[in-house]
Amino acid sequence: MNRKALAAAFPVTVPVLMGYLSIGIAFGLMLERAGYNFIWAFFMSLTIYAGSGQYLGVELLATAAGLGTVAVMTLLINFRHLVYGLSMLEKFRGMGWRKFYMIFSLTDETYALLAGAAVPVGVRPRDFYFAVAILDQLYWIAGSVIGGVAGGLLSLDITGIDFAMTALFVVIAVDQWKSAKEHLPAFLGAGCTLLFLILVGEEQMLLPALGAIVAALLLLRPRLDRQDAEGKEADT
Amino acid sequence: MTSAMHAVLAIAVMAVVTFLTRALPFLLFDRGGNPPKLVLYLGRVLPPAIIAMLIVYCLRGLRGASLFTPAGWLPQVIAVAAVILLHLWKHNNLLSIFGGTILYMVLVQVVFA
Repeated sequence: MNRKALAAAFPVTVPVLMGYLSIGIAFGLMLERAGYNFIWAFFMSLTIYAGSGQYLGVELLATAAGLGTVAVMTLLINFRHLVYGLSMLEKFRGMGWRKFYMIFSLTDETYALLAGAAVPVGVRPRDFYFAVAILDQLYWIAGSVIGGVAGGLLSLDITGIDFAMTALFVVIAVDQWKSAKEHLPAFLGAGCTLLFLILVGEEQMLLPALGAIVAALLLLRPRLDRQDAEGKEADT
Repeated sequence: MTSAMHAVLAIAVMAVVTFLTRALPFLLFDRGGNPPKLVLYLGRVLPPAIIAMLIVYCLRGLRGASLFTPAGWLPQVIAVAAVILLHLWKHNNLLSIFGGTILYMVLVQVVFA
């Protein structure tokens, strides 16, 4: 780790610093409120390191969800990372032992920085990528620990802070909506979930809803794939 | 099993599964070759469906709300609308998330208390 790479990476990561500190603080507060103090927040942010995944994790811990549910929910909420990795295959090649950490730390925000930022002159690209990844995780850990400590010390009325999770998902949905060519998958996701909320109630709804969503997307593949192909032709 | 033990195991499962979703493309495709079309298809259509599912899940409390007691549903409806409008207007993740959350907290703690 060299200081030059850190100095070059820091300005690029400032937006993530702001974002991770605040979203991390909200996470630490929510976790504290669910009965798990800042030490839990620290270890979750150190070992899991996923924004929306950890928000969902608070919910899963608070309801003592079974390990099978935890695994499936984590898999599905992080499914998008599969796509991120595909576009980082080239960038991470030849990074040696640091590649393991680059893959571990490939969050939405780090992905966005690595995909978008130009490597400053005079810094080796691999040192720069590694510095960006390390700084981002430090911000995230700091935010979640600050939130956990503050939640334990202050007797703030934080009723309603859990809305941050809803807001995060709504923001992601708005961005996806604007960049998507077809909106059927979003409607399908909402529709299947509503159906199982009504049919089986809120305790058991997620797994059957997920199953129905995946099955429906597989059945609709001929239609959705064709739309995509047409969209691409229209672009060119 | 104690609840602390269960929590440690749940966190370990989350950590391993999260890492696997990030590592899978590298394990499968780092030696060249193209990913199967089915994987690319699911990678494209699944995320918006999952996010929509999570939004419905977050708002599941609305199901039991009565139309005649607006305190049970109006704060959520107003705050979600505020997040959408803020985000379409300013495109700033932080502003949208925290603007909406602070508005929601004021609504449930003060306005509809």
